[in-house]
Amino acid sequence: MAGNNAPLGTPTKVTQGSQTKGGIGESTLRPDGTLKVTGEFAYSSDMWHEDMLWGQILRSPVAHAEIVSIDTSEALAQAGVYAVMTYDDLPTDVRHYGLEFPDTPVLARGRVRHHGEPVAIVAADHPETARRAAAKIKVEYRELPVVTDESTATAPDAPLIHENRTDHYAAHVTHPNILHRQPIIRGDVEEARSRADFIVTGEYTFGMQDQAFLGPESGLAVPAEDGGVDLYIATQWLHSDLRQIAPVLGLPEEKVRMTLSGVGGAFGGREDLSMQIHACLLALRTGKPVKIVYNRFESFFGHVHRHPAKLFYEHGATKDGKLTHLKARIVLDGGAYASASPAVVGNAASLGAGPYVIDDVDIEALALYTNNPPCGAMRGFGAVQACFAYEAQMDKLADKVGMDRVEFRRLNAMEQGTIMPTGQPVDSPAPVAELLRRVKAMPLPPERQWESSEGADVRQLPGGLSNTTHGEGVVRGVGYAVGIKNVGFSEGFDDYSTARVRMEVVGGEPVATVHTAMAEVGQGGVTVHAQIARTELGVTQVTIQPADTQVGSAGSTSASRQTYVTGGAVKNACELVRERVLEIGRRKFGTYHPAWATAELLLEVGKVVTDGGEVLADLVDVLEDESVEVEEEWRHRPTEPFDRHTGQGFGHVQYSFAAHRAVVEVDTELGLVKVIELACAQDVGKALNPLSVVGQIQGGTTQGLGMAVMEEILVDPKTAKVRNPSFTDYLIPTILDTPTMPVDVLELADAHAPYGLRGVGEAPTLSSTPAVLAAIRNATGLELNRTPVRPEHLTGM
Amino acid sequence: MDFLRPGSWEEALAAKAEHPTAVPIAGGTDVMVEINFDHRRPEYLLDLNRIGELNDWEVGEDSVRLGASVPYTSIMENLRAELPGLALASHTVASPQIRNRGGVGGNLGTASPAGDAHPALLAAGAEVEVESVRGSRRIPIDDFYTGVKRNALAADELIRAVHIKKAEGPQQFSKVGTRNAMVIAVCAFGLALHPSSRTVRTGIGSAAPTPVRAKAAEEFLNAALEEGGFWDNGKIITPSVAKQFADLCAAACNPIDDVRGTASYRRHAVGIMARRTLTWTWESYRGTAATEGAA
Repeated sequence: MAGNNAPLGTPTKVTQGSQTKGGIGESTLRPDGTLKVTGEFAYSSDMWHEDMLWGQILRSPVAHAEIVSIDTSEALAQAGVYAVMTYDDLPTDVRHYGLEFPDTPVLARGRVRHHGEPVAIVAADHPETARRAAAKIKVEYRELPVVTDESTATAPDAPLIHENRTDHYAAHVTHPNILHRQPIIRGDVEEARSRADFIVTGEYTFGMQDQAFLGPESGLAVPAEDGGVDLYIATQWLHSDLRQIAPVLGLPEEKVRMTLSGVGGAFGGREDLSMQIHACLLALRTGKPVKIVYNRFESFFGHVHRHPAKLFYEHGATKDGKLTHLKARIVLDGGAYASASPAVVGNAASLGAGPYVIDDVDIEALALYTNNPPCGAMRGFGAVQACFAYEAQMDKLADKVGMDRVEFRRLNAMEQGTIMPTGQPVDSPAPVAELLRRVKAMPLPPERQWESSEGADVRQLPGGLSNTTHGEGVVRGVGYAVGIKNVGFSEGFDDYSTARVRMEVVGGEPVATVHTAMAEVGQGGVTVHAQIARTELGVTQVTIQPADTQVGSAGSTSASRQTYVTGGAVKNACELVRERVLEIGRRKFGTYHPAWATAELLLEVGKVVTDGGEVLADLVDVLEDESVEVEEEWRHRPTEPFDRHTGQGFGHVQYSFAAHRAVVEVDTELGLVKVIELACAQDVGKALNPLSVVGQIQGGTTQGLGMAVMEEILVDPKTAKVRNPSFTDYLIPTILDTPTMPVDVLELADAHAPYGLRGVGEAPTLSSTPAVLAAIRNATGLELNRTPVRPEHLTGM
Repeated sequence: MDFLRPGSWEEALAAKAEHPTAVPIAGGTDVMVEINFDHRRPEYLLDLNRIGELNDWEVGEDSVRLGASVPYTSIMENLRAELPGLALASHTVASPQIRNRGGVGGNLGTASPAGDAHPALLAAGAEVEVESVRGSRRIPIDDFYTGVKRNALAADELIRAVHIKKAEGPQQFSKVGTRNAMVIAVCAFGLALHPSSRTVRTGIGSAAPTPVRAKAAEEFLNAALEEGGFWDNGKIITPSVAKQFADLCAAACNPIDDVRGTASYRRHAVGIMARRTLTWTWESYRGTAATEGAA
């Protein structure tokens, strides 16, 4: 430190603690963590406004019908009701919305296409009044035949889910009930097949998974004096919502001001609009604030789900275990509306070969329009379904070749430099073989770990406290899987983010303020932004402004992209702020020391320092009462669309890899499964917050486990109606179902990405499910070509 | 909806007599779900939470008198020795929060075939003490369940307590669900050995329109055990006897296909649980008998 008498700007040596605390690479704690665990966090459903009304949506009880008539008179007559709106009451000609193109009606007109489709909305002074009024709306339906799978959707006389399609995918599909189709063709599969010594084929079924987030859809719309509306909402992407909401309301975007409120998880389920437009319509109609909160039952109808899929795979290999070719067909059920289906198709196709070197590939992925619930984004986004199939194939093929299943994968594993089936080179580390080696090398949990001196500890056995076995029928199995996921938005999408960063002195201390529109949905983005600001600006105090539309778009909190893209935008804005701060410093103090002009300068612990560690000035003295603010958009390197016929193209920004080893115990007589351990190794490039990284990996792993053994929305194939829209019958893992999850984090930097980081959130969701399935197959000897596995599949009942 | 809050049992009976459609509520773990999901809109709710005695239990000479509102947590913590089957069943009820609120009275009132207490009550042998302003009566558990979610209560009656025979032999309870905690039964099975009467009793949950006993299986096993002198010689039950018992238990089921499982799986699983719980209880009985013999 400079002595008291030294002039301002006298250089001194920094000896200890020169790194700003709480920067990147540290496991700083998230601000919302304790609040969420203790139940004090304010979610969007907790909002309240003076004079507020409650909105309620009337939904279709049937999957496919003509609406013959709607009579709202009785509902309107009910005391306490302020408004009832149907399609006819919409204020403008823009009456549809959608993530990729607007095919989803704000309210049904003349026809409903899926169970639970919104038909009318009600505002009343009490939620129960609104519910009862909605029940009094008389809708006459004339039911239509339902389309529920590929054969019914593409039958010659199939009812068309959308007639007269004008979307840009329509021209390139073979049937109007095919939403989008993407082939990926590389090499010569027929020729390669002739070189194969072994060929395995399989047909796989992937069930419909729900995001099952904690906080149901909710928000509050407050009409403003200027004729606009303020919307407080739990979402994944404020500006995408805004783009879809404003035209329906007939308002310019600046009159629809959106602020993110407490989000209770998302996992893709908040990419599409839910109650946003409905709440705004009712608020503008009544002139009063309107709150809408779905209950759990409604939530199952209020957001899209993960696409169920049928996957047909053929792989070949030579005697020495080299993959020869892949022919695959992936049929995704998009349900009644497009949502994100086209992008899911692009992912499933381009990542359908998995993290393997296969030169000759013929993949076709497509999404159907059906009368099933609409499906769209969910953690893993098309790559999950494919991983389930190709990993089952790898085990089968390894067995045929007569190789160890892990060694077979390692022999064929892609690496940096591998050309993807899209022709895109993998131009950053791809440690697939190493990840597999690491999970295999981890010590196995002890056998019969449920035995204790006092008998069997049922908590450690399949069935748990339900006390179904004391060891009878229990067999252990071990399985492996690895997957590949893209990071960020692909196929030429302009995937940018915006950050506004300000630096000033507050209370005698330099403080940074970070303002983005990034939706914090629980991923820990706000924690990481503060870490980045500390590292780049050398401050301890960072204020994170609430996310809203008063700043430019941050893009979606999805596709494992926010730390990369909005983190990159914050880093970039911080660097620009730093440059300006240093400019000020040079102006004020440049004459005191030549290092101002010659050295690489950093901001550390509230000071300007040289890269040699010499302190040039205190930031307080540099800034005085000036503040420096920068708002800037930031982009990752551009991508390009896949060729429509061959799927060739530089489509993805970055890849993310994870491998799992699952250890399960199966009660083979009752068909019950206990996952004992799910070990994961993942390359994250750089762990900006190691604790959050491990949390993401364990969370993704658990979500994959759920998909393996319990999670499935059941849709009646005869009626297309959802059979289990509740947490009573849609089961997600409890803590007793959640195994030990040792995590091995690799940090092999990607030179293209900020700090070398790699998106983390989705990759563990891919390989977890097939690893558990492989372990169950290993325990039981059953083929198990569908997930989730239910007791009746394991017992043949 | 009116909320009736009687301060005493007598007031509760009077209120129920005056409003026979009133739905009694104690822990609320069933009723509130029904109301929140709008599955029912009762005219009156009859809150029993101010009636302290419903939370009490008495351990008598031969049986336990269990107040209708005694929460499952208390059964697990305090009545494990007297009511081992019911204590095991209590362990499988939902989550700790629900077990702190819910009690056997609610299970009986709802009379869902999936109620976790029923197989244990059927196996142990129980009587339901019900009362109205007209008087009190005890309904044997075998006569209590009359249909899907229907029981033998008259419209003006309330469940006051359950009298359950104290265990004089080993008891077991098993339940199949598709996750390891907090799950509604796909099917469940209870078994109790009654050495003094040299009988076994069973209870099956979620595999028929009502909770049921596998009477033919019980009769078969009673006869087989008697014939072989098993109660005295403590021999291992032969696999063929165990298998036939299991088959007869499976045959006692009359299950349906639903979102939680198939009928054939339920029948199969009840058979497996019957065989296993028979093995566990009999091994335990032999162990006890051997110890006593040695002493």
